[in-house]
Amino acid sequence: MKHLALATGCLLATQAVAETPVLNVYTYESFTSEWGPGPQIEAGFEAQCGCDVVFTGVGDGAALLSRVRLEGARSEADVVVGLDTALMARARETGLFAPTEASAGYDLPIAWEDPDFVPFDWGYFAFVGEAGAEHPTSFEALADSDLSIVIQDPRSSTPGLGLLMWVKAAYGDRASEIWDGLADNILTVTPGWSEAYGLFLDGEADLVLSYTTSPAYHIIAEGDDSKVALPFDEGHYMQVEIAGRLAASDQPELAEQFLQYLLGAEAQGVLPETNWMYPAVLPEGGLAEGFQQIVTPDKALLLEAGEAEALREEALAEWRAALAR
Amino acid sequence: MARGAGALSRGAGIAGAALALAMLALPLAAILRAAGGGVRPGPADLSALWFTLEQASLSAVLSVALAVPVARALARRRFAGRRLFITLTGAPFLLPVAVAVMGLLAVFGARGWLNAAAGTLGLGPWRIYGLHGVVLAHVFFNLPLAVRILLQGWQAIPAERFRLAATLGLPPGQVFRLLEWPMLRQAVPGALAAIFAICLGSFSVALILGGGPAATTLELAIYQAFLFDFDLGRAAVLALMQAGLVAGAAALSLWLTRMDGSGSGLDRAGQRRDAPGGWRRGADALWLVLAGLFVVLPLVALVLKGLPGLVDLPARTWPAVGNSLLVSLGCAALTVTLAGALSAPMARWAEGVGLMPLALSSLVLGTGIFLILNPVMPPARAALPVTLLVNVLMALPFCLRVLAPAWARAEVDHGRLADQLGLRGLARLRWLILPRIRGPLGFAAGIAAALSMGDLGVITLFGTEDRETLPLLMYRLMGAYRTEAAWGAALVLLGLSFGIFWIFDRMGGRDA
Amino acid sequence: MPEQDGLHLKRVELMQGDFRLSADFALGAGARVAVLGPSGAGKSTLLGAIAGFLDPVAGQILWDGARIDRLAPGARPVAMLFQDGNLFPHLNLMRNLALGISSRGRVDAAARARIERALERVGLDGMAQRRPAELSGGQQSRAALARVLVQARPLMLLDEPFAALGPALRAEMLALVAELQAETGATLLMVSHDPKDAERIADQIVLVDEGRAAPPAPTAALLADPPPGLRRYLGDG
Repeated sequence: MKHLALATGCLLATQAVAETPVLNVYTYESFTSEWGPGPQIEAGFEAQCGCDVVFTGVGDGAALLSRVRLEGARSEADVVVGLDTALMARARETGLFAPTEASAGYDLPIAWEDPDFVPFDWGYFAFVGEAGAEHPTSFEALADSDLSIVIQDPRSSTPGLGLLMWVKAAYGDRASEIWDGLADNILTVTPGWSEAYGLFLDGEADLVLSYTTSPAYHIIAEGDDSKVALPFDEGHYMQVEIAGRLAASDQPELAEQFLQYLLGAEAQGVLPETNWMYPAVLPEGGLAEGFQQIVTPDKALLLEAGEAEALREEALAEWRAALAR
Repeated sequence: MARGAGALSRGAGIAGAALALAMLALPLAAILRAAGGGVRPGPADLSALWFTLEQASLSAVLSVALAVPVARALARRRFAGRRLFITLTGAPFLLPVAVAVMGLLAVFGARGWLNAAAGTLGLGPWRIYGLHGVVLAHVFFNLPLAVRILLQGWQAIPAERFRLAATLGLPPGQVFRLLEWPMLRQAVPGALAAIFAICLGSFSVALILGGGPAATTLELAIYQAFLFDFDLGRAAVLALMQAGLVAGAAALSLWLTRMDGSGSGLDRAGQRRDAPGGWRRGADALWLVLAGLFVVLPLVALVLKGLPGLVDLPARTWPAVGNSLLVSLGCAALTVTLAGALSAPMARWAEGVGLMPLALSSLVLGTGIFLILNPVMPPARAALPVTLLVNVLMALPFCLRVLAPAWARAEVDHGRLADQLGLRGLARLRWLILPRIRGPLGFAAGIAAALSMGDLGVITLFGTEDRETLPLLMYRLMGAYRTEAAWGAALVLLGLSFGIFWIFDRMGGRDA
Repeated sequence: MPEQDGLHLKRVELMQGDFRLSADFALGAGARVAVLGPSGAGKSTLLGAIAGFLDPVAGQILWDGARIDRLAPGARPVAMLFQDGNLFPHLNLMRNLALGISSRGRVDAAARARIERALERVGLDGMAQRRPAELSGGQQSRAALARVLVQARPLMLLDEPFAALGPALRAEMLALVAELQAETGATLLMVSHDPKDAERIADQIVLVDEGRAAPPAPTAALLADPPPGLRRYLGDG
């Protein structure tokens, strides 16, 4: 009997393998890397869905959206994880995304209501520097100082674009003036976050544009509390990372389940210490000790997606004019 | 023209050219089709065009100008470790750009060795960021290429000629005018065009070291148009502008270059006894030391930075090494085959076609191939083959630049004898061409293998499921705050690129 | 003139840039002919055309009555030695000679034996593994002759291959050529600057001068009573 049961079990298992549905998830490169949240989320969801989750990593958020647009309705992707609020309007415009029912009681500094996308984690942009020094507390003070900063290019990176929006949201029509003041502080502009952060760690610049959560990585993973994020009086611009499912997906139910899983306690618990961002839903036990030590901005800034998209061209032109001397 | 080289070579050349052209034109056409036509470039695009031209011209001229005294010193001096020197100084060309930039910063950056040294003398600080930084990095990358091209030119002058000059007691000025200048006239335009074209496609270097949006190159504008604005029409138009520049440079260089057989020697190992002594000896030594330091110090910095990170390397480094090796060896084999086919007809049209890939960025190529594949199959599954294909195209111009002259020289020098003996087709290849071009062949295969090893290229666009290459792993480590381990991966990458180049070059056997 | 054995140049017109040369003559099989004439008169051009490196603009070249002027150089019944570059510097003598037997370069036992015999015949026994750069000038000439020997073509063209050698060595080589020619019965056509060389081994002379290659004339008679062109060249005015 036992043997029979075992044999039947094996048979069923092989059948199950043959018919296992596949859920294709497109995300950005660092999400799916060994150190990102991808592997744990994949394992967690597979344990409950009876499906095979295949992550495909594509550059950064912007590259991810381009990729989905290139593939269009033919895309194999069922779910896209890792766009952000700056890309949201453009993503919706493609008409490739389907509405989702997935939701949760979000712990975001802003109210979230969107038919197509769910937020899965978020952070505040901030300048990060060495602890112990006297640091400026606003863009204007930074511009007046002779500190050197490394930023990312808003034309090729999401943090770069975030900074553009930050200045715009905080200063509106005075943005151009702020950039003029910052111009002599900007050591250089890098294509992406990695290069900029690398330059900062190498001591090339005093400050780097990153996230308020960046020091948490150094505290938790390296036991190093020498890096701090600078709180700015103007408030900090937010980046909310979002996920959505594609209309052309052949696994709409699974996709929907996955989005819900992403907002669940298990996945949300993984995100802070793999993606180094705040989870969209705080875990019951709160965040790890390292996250308690970092600065928490008093004021969150975020332009509404449509407004951000409308301002992008103008903000880019101001930025270019100020820096292209 | 030698008859024996006839039909088969022309056939190989036409097939190779058709293949290369198709691989270039189809992707561009696919993009234009998807975009539904092009758009007019705006003022920002024109300023990108201007900056691109400015930095590429400066970089090309400076690289070649500095390469002349260095190549000459290498050609006429013999010293212990000369071979190692030549190989080592070739390394920057083979380095992945982001890695090399970090090495440069360790020497020339704000906290670099140069500023540290200047600080103790009460000088500085010196800022690397700006047009000068971009040019410095480009010279770092391309000086070795220029030196190799010119050194091959020098070594192609038969030793007998220098012996004759020594016998006649010709002063160095005369030797230069009679022997070296004609060679330079032939070699320099090609070197200028190649480096100019390479620098046209500069992206990360220009952006990281350029210091701001004033340092926007066409390539960055293309990247932005593709990935941020998803404006395929604008991207295609920018790509065409870039292609036009390269085609112009290539045409100019071919027009300026004269192909001649400067006489066959007897393959005697050239112990040059004519090298001038006195202050010229000191000057040569100085050039070699300066060039050596310039090229080697950043490498040393990379090694020092990478060593501690080696212990942090994750287990998946080794499969990534395997994948990278696979792509690299495949690229070497395919590239030299294609370059050989394009060298065979010894015609300018074939050489021109071979230079064309310089004109298209790998991003444009990758996107085009993506659009072609998309209706047929999920492009991510073709990530490695497409990476291979794009790498082959990217390496082709360099390999061709090395192989075509050697091929032509073999034919000019010995084609008559081969004709007399009735050597055709494969027999001619085996008994005449391959043995005569062995050195350049090994060099070319080494370049192709190393370039492809360090290339992140289109794999980021195509995305990856499981197949990870070493450069990708390095970027992933950087993206995950693991800077230390990323340095370790960079060191492994440096070692592999360099090692594989060294092995191929060694297999070629000839000195330089 | 009836079709015949040997080499026949039928109203051949050669052109290279502004330079023109016409030739209309026949050589019997086994003839030994020196091609004499001033520098730049077109002696090498004439040999080049016979060997297939220059297409005639008019006329025909025949061997044993069959046209050869459309054939590739390697397909002609010709073994030729140039002024230089008669051996591939990257191959040893065995390989160099093997290419004279089979253009695919295959070396079987029979070919190996033939090559060794040929090397022995020219006095280079045991040097099959050497490369040309490891030989002296005279030895290189011998090796080249050995290759002509294994090529075993009925027409031997020598375009001053020994010009770089000293007088004694050159005389030695010419004697060797004469011996080899006698052994193989090949037709020999040899460019020369020196009437003494011609006297030494040629029984006929083709005089190339003023755009024309004259029909062959017996060496002794021609040198005894040179026509004006040859007289000018010999310089006995």
